[in-house]
Amino acid sequence: MSVVPDSSTDASGVGADPRTGPAPGPSRAARLATRGIPLLVLLVLLASAPLFAAPFTANTLSRILIFALFAVSLDLLVGITGLPSLGHAAYFGVGAYTAGLVSIHWTSAAPVPVLLAAAVGALAAVATGWLAVRSGGVYFLMLTLAIGELVHQLAQSLSSVTGGSNGLFGIPSVRIGGEPLTLAGYVYWYVLAVAVLGFLGLWLVARSPFGATLRGIRDNEPRMRSLGYSPFRYKYLAFVVAGGFAGLAGGLFAALVRIVNPSDAGFTTSALILLAVVLGGAGTLWGPVLGAAVVVLVRDTFGPQLDGHGPLLLGVVFVVAVYVLPRGFAGLAGLVPGRRRSTGGTA
Amino acid sequence: MSTTLLSLSGVSRHYGALRAVDDVSIDVPAGARHALIGPNGAGKSTLFKLVTGSMPVSAGTVTLDGTDITQLPEHQRARRGVSQTLQHSSLFLSQSVQDNVLLAAQRQHRSRRSLLPRRQAAARDRVRGLLVDVGLEARADTPVAALSHGERRQLEVAIALACEPKLLLLDEPAAGMSPAESSRLVGLLQSLPASVTLVIVEHDLDVVFALATSVTVLHLGQVLLTGSPDEVRASAAVQEAYLGTGREALFLDHPGSTQMEVS
Repeated sequence: MSVVPDSSTDASGVGADPRTGPAPGPSRAARLATRGIPLLVLLVLLASAPLFAAPFTANTLSRILIFALFAVSLDLLVGITGLPSLGHAAYFGVGAYTAGLVSIHWTSAAPVPVLLAAAVGALAAVATGWLAVRSGGVYFLMLTLAIGELVHQLAQSLSSVTGGSNGLFGIPSVRIGGEPLTLAGYVYWYVLAVAVLGFLGLWLVARSPFGATLRGIRDNEPRMRSLGYSPFRYKYLAFVVAGGFAGLAGGLFAALVRIVNPSDAGFTTSALILLAVVLGGAGTLWGPVLGAAVVVLVRDTFGPQLDGHGPLLLGVVFVVAVYVLPRGFAGLAGLVPGRRRSTGGTA
Repeated sequence: MSTTLLSLSGVSRHYGALRAVDDVSIDVPAGARHALIGPNGAGKSTLFKLVTGSMPVSAGTVTLDGTDITQLPEHQRARRGVSQTLQHSSLFLSQSVQDNVLLAAQRQHRSRRSLLPRRQAAARDRVRGLLVDVGLEARADTPVAALSHGERRQLEVAIALACEPKLLLLDEPAAGMSPAESSRLVGLLQSLPASVTLVIVEHDLDVVFALATSVTVLHLGQVLLTGSPDEVRASAAVQEAYLGTGREALFLDHPGSTQMEVS
């Protein structure tokens, strides 16, 4: 399974086209319009969803947004930096438990639990990434798998803090200005706002010179060394940033479902989210959003209607997707006529 | 003589019993155009790797600008101004020509580690200037995978220069270039300011003698001779070790002659 993106997948990322430098005015404005207007329409549609959708739909949409943010944070590692991780749920879980514990024992006032979740997720990545990032390829996969299992086991065994295998329950609902958000629609808006800020943050990181450096390391690490970059430092930083955003997603998850289980930090969650990234198209940032939507819909929405055969359906979807769409959903965008750059590389 | 920029003293690299580089001592003064020549297997590329730090020395010391850099990792040597082009192009294939050079240039022209993608005007200007210098300005947006071999060599040079090096190591920069491209390269290298010290490995002796102010001849990992181009041309030992065998092979019309094995 090749999780490292093929060449040029990153060329079709959201709003990704700075390669013409400071382009002449009209074309830049036109590009902004072609990219910005659909994005704005999408945002308005998403924001107005609770006005006409049932509470259950709002809840599903919230889940999709959370898993999308989680998947995009993993894409920073898998697609942009070239580090496929099998333990990314560890940071998601750490964030979820942090937000849950903060809400129970201290405060559930709006941004505090998720911000702390992001901070503690990043700290967990600081502690574990230092070792993991020194390895590469299969060893990185194994180390991250071990880290994920470690966190999973800790969540199981520290039952006085985490509630053990019963999960951490009784998390109070989020409060904004002292008022608890109880309606699914309000919670959804909260999730949407935080997730959009999270996407924006990750997009900025990926588009920045720092993101360009990460792509350079993915494509040709020895050469980056000879250009004066320390690949270790950059990979470590990417790992920490990815962990922080995964923690943020975990914090939102705790606010939404208000119960955290050890399995949320375990291998199944890690594997599912890696699946979402590959399904969507690693390295594109927006592809994994679609991937996460498919994974959540198949597992949570259609799954129960299939007598618990959701995972089976997910497996079939994945096998078909890998055969039909080797670059994920994002690969389809390269086929749209009118895109100048062929994604094939050498013609 | 002016100050010494690069000083190798007793530098060796052994692979088991094979001495790829054996007790090499060379001083390269600042601003020099120093050529390194020698037949295949003489240890030229290995010596470059020992200078850039991509390979550790078995013995000896490498000194740059008066500082012992023998123990420094590769990326720190690069930050001190050691830049190179590799014998076999090593580029970021999925990215455009411009982005390739930008990766090297952004480290020099960073504006307080800005996270904002557009705030790189200085680096982008520098990239555009470099692409004009090497003759790739029309190809700035082309993915590297679509470039010809000669164009990739030109891009290598642009990337190396974007690191704003003090010491530029060129490993066969003209290999595979057309005569026109090659003479353009010589022109570009001749126009470099004296603040850039050049060490060049090249099989094309026209390029070597057009550029070099001093020449070191390596043979079987050892320094055979260091001197001016004229001294090297006149030396009987060099003729025998290098030029001689080459010409001989040329006249013998032997298929595996040294002239053919340019790698």
